[in-house]
Amino acid sequence: MDALMLSRLQFAAATMFHFIFVPLTLGLSVLIASMETAYVRTGKDIYQRMAKFWGKIFLVNFALGVVTGITLEFQFGTNWAGYSAYVGDIFGSLLAIEATAAFFLESTFIGVWHFGWNKLSPKAHCIAAWCVAGASNLSAIWIIIANGFMQDPQGFVLRNGRAELENFADVVLNPFAWYQFFHVIPAAMLLGGFFIMGVSAWHLLRKNEEEFFGKSFRMAAAVALVFSIVTAIEGHAHGNHMSLVQPAKLAAMESHWKTQKGAPLYLLLVPGETGNALEALPIPGALSFLAYNDFNAEVVGLNDIPEDERPPIVLTFLSFRIMVGLGTLFPLLAGFGWLMRKRIQQYPLYLKVLPWVIPLPYVAIFAGWTLAEVGRQPWIVYGLMRTSDAVSRVTTAQVGFSMVTMCVIYTLLGVAGIWLMTNIARKGPAVLDEK
Amino acid sequence: METMNYTFLQAIWFVLWGLLWAVYFILDGFDLGVGTLMPFLARNEQEKRVMYNATGPFWDGNEVWLIAAGGVTFAAFPYAYAQMFSGLYVPLMLLLFALIIRGVSFEFRSKVDNENWKRTWDFCQIAGSFLPALLLGVAFANIFRGLPLDETGFNTATIIGLLNPYGLAGGLMFVLMFVMHGALWLAIRATGDLKTRSENLAVKLWPIQVVATVLFLAFTALETQLFGNYFLYPFLLVILALPVGGLVLMRTWMGARKWWLAWGASAAYIGGVAAFGLGGIFPAIIPSNPNPGNSLTIMNSASSPLTLKIMLGVALVFVPLVIGYQFWAYRTFAHPVGESDIHY
Repeated sequence: MDALMLSRLQFAAATMFHFIFVPLTLGLSVLIASMETAYVRTGKDIYQRMAKFWGKIFLVNFALGVVTGITLEFQFGTNWAGYSAYVGDIFGSLLAIEATAAFFLESTFIGVWHFGWNKLSPKAHCIAAWCVAGASNLSAIWIIIANGFMQDPQGFVLRNGRAELENFADVVLNPFAWYQFFHVIPAAMLLGGFFIMGVSAWHLLRKNEEEFFGKSFRMAAAVALVFSIVTAIEGHAHGNHMSLVQPAKLAAMESHWKTQKGAPLYLLLVPGETGNALEALPIPGALSFLAYNDFNAEVVGLNDIPEDERPPIVLTFLSFRIMVGLGTLFPLLAGFGWLMRKRIQQYPLYLKVLPWVIPLPYVAIFAGWTLAEVGRQPWIVYGLMRTSDAVSRVTTAQVGFSMVTMCVIYTLLGVAGIWLMTNIARKGPAVLDEK
Repeated sequence: METMNYTFLQAIWFVLWGLLWAVYFILDGFDLGVGTLMPFLARNEQEKRVMYNATGPFWDGNEVWLIAAGGVTFAAFPYAYAQMFSGLYVPLMLLLFALIIRGVSFEFRSKVDNENWKRTWDFCQIAGSFLPALLLGVAFANIFRGLPLDETGFNTATIIGLLNPYGLAGGLMFVLMFVMHGALWLAIRATGDLKTRSENLAVKLWPIQVVATVLFLAFTALETQLFGNYFLYPFLLVILALPVGGLVLMRTWMGARKWWLAWGASAAYIGGVAAFGLGGIFPAIIPSNPNPGNSLTIMNSASSPLTLKIMLGVALVFVPLVIGYQFWAYRTFAHPVGESDIHY
């Protein structure tokens, strides 16, 4: 394996691992801040206990998210020097803005939040919680704007042998980035919702702290329901826009080979890297409609995309289906929980299933990012720079060393972290009384 | 006129770039120092926990200065960022891994009541504090000395090449600086016996630091071109007032048992060492040695004027804001660690 493929795998491993923790940080931080707000408004201790208990899990998760994020910023320099030199003028500034405008706030106030229970008034402490929640989501905005530039570069001009900034507003207001942002954030909220629902269901089934977990469950169910619907609807709009600017990704995720008007959607399709092994049960015009909201629209097929500009097809195709399949399941699951929220304990089967649902939003989010990033290949910046031109002049041995070390450390930390979170979750709020 | 403005912008960014690294050294310096000192100062579980909590509320916010320094290198001097980070690949990865295991140790250690579990995370805390201090010193000493860059700016240094005597001396200098800074921080935040031991350690370290500084300066004169700028523009020697003044005042205030002030003097010393080094390499960001013609400078690696201008606006708004709320956080939590402050 060469340094390029290793670097790609390493970056994929590093981002995926980082993104186990980020969505829960985004979603849970808002939920915890809302619990603290409820505490400040009503003065009821139970809300404070809720914030503290979910906060304990949050802190373990947050620590893993932060430390795994540090490597990402530096990997652009270590492994992707060609990329950094070519688009650093734009991409680098977005990362720097993220650090100064958001990450500082988040990291300072997580310390304040953690250590401030006895030092700050409830109101001030609640503000600290919102600073953490707001800053994490603000941080996501800048990272996604940076990713949006890689997906559909805007606001630049090629000059002095690199992409230079021409119009900052175009970079920041890039529609691709904002479609992505409003897809990713609701997905993180839905994940936070299902996380709390799953843990609460486990305790409700055991009739443990029913008031505590009943309240947590109801709050989480409402959040999961609203945001699973928002994610799905927004995802469709995001897909429409993507179809316009990234025809190769569209063709790959549908494994669509022949350019045609009124393209059908095959209910049964076995994709391949050089053509489909099976196409059956077509719905006429459905693909054109899904992509462009028009049954007659022309959809470019992979046959008309040069072979060296096609993304990996099977992986892109499958990730899309996993994401959409799970995305359809979530509103149904959350909807049931919300409708039956007052007598949810009469549905033990549902409560038994919910803890097993916790991993599913993660799977959906991973599939979504795989679609976004693998589907963008062979471009690191769509249509502008190839991934193969972006890699550093480093040796296979160097990347191999860091890849192996990173995977070992991450795996150990990940296992320990998830085990710790599970432990806290199982103990329930009783964990707050331990010294 | 246009070019002059551009050069001026680049110079401003060089200063800001240096400032961010200096602030990072000052802030993360003391918590890395405290972590390094753990096996030497903590005599029992209670003292270990005090040491963890002495830096607990701050380390995360401190580390972001590293992210910001890295981000600003990327944004303002992308070409230097690309060459610096890919060229220092192995030491940088080691630094990151060390910081990762240290960061997690804070959160994980207290969660399970088991001797082996705690010992594991103590090891991560100690190694994850000592290694970054050492590696940062090695990296920056090598930058001061100049890296072997070819005509495309590609860095051909190997890890063995980086571990040259001057690089290692830089590593030891950084460890010493951070340990001193950490001992003074413990003199502020610890109580009782641990406080006394930290104070005594700081007092004992001081003469070593003075001798080490003088030797390192002499070594620098032999090994680097760092003094060139200072011979050319002697008024720049004013910068030396920071490290020298810092050293003198550190001792004065330690004698007067004013630990906050002594810590501040140590911060000035660290900032001064960074400023002296960076003032010496200007206008290079990564000087090339032995071919100065291949150096990466503020001129050949900067971003476009538009990016530099926008980033300047961002920095002028947000950096004071960050300093403001971090200052508030320090004021809220920097009292001696009491029973109610033991969270880890």
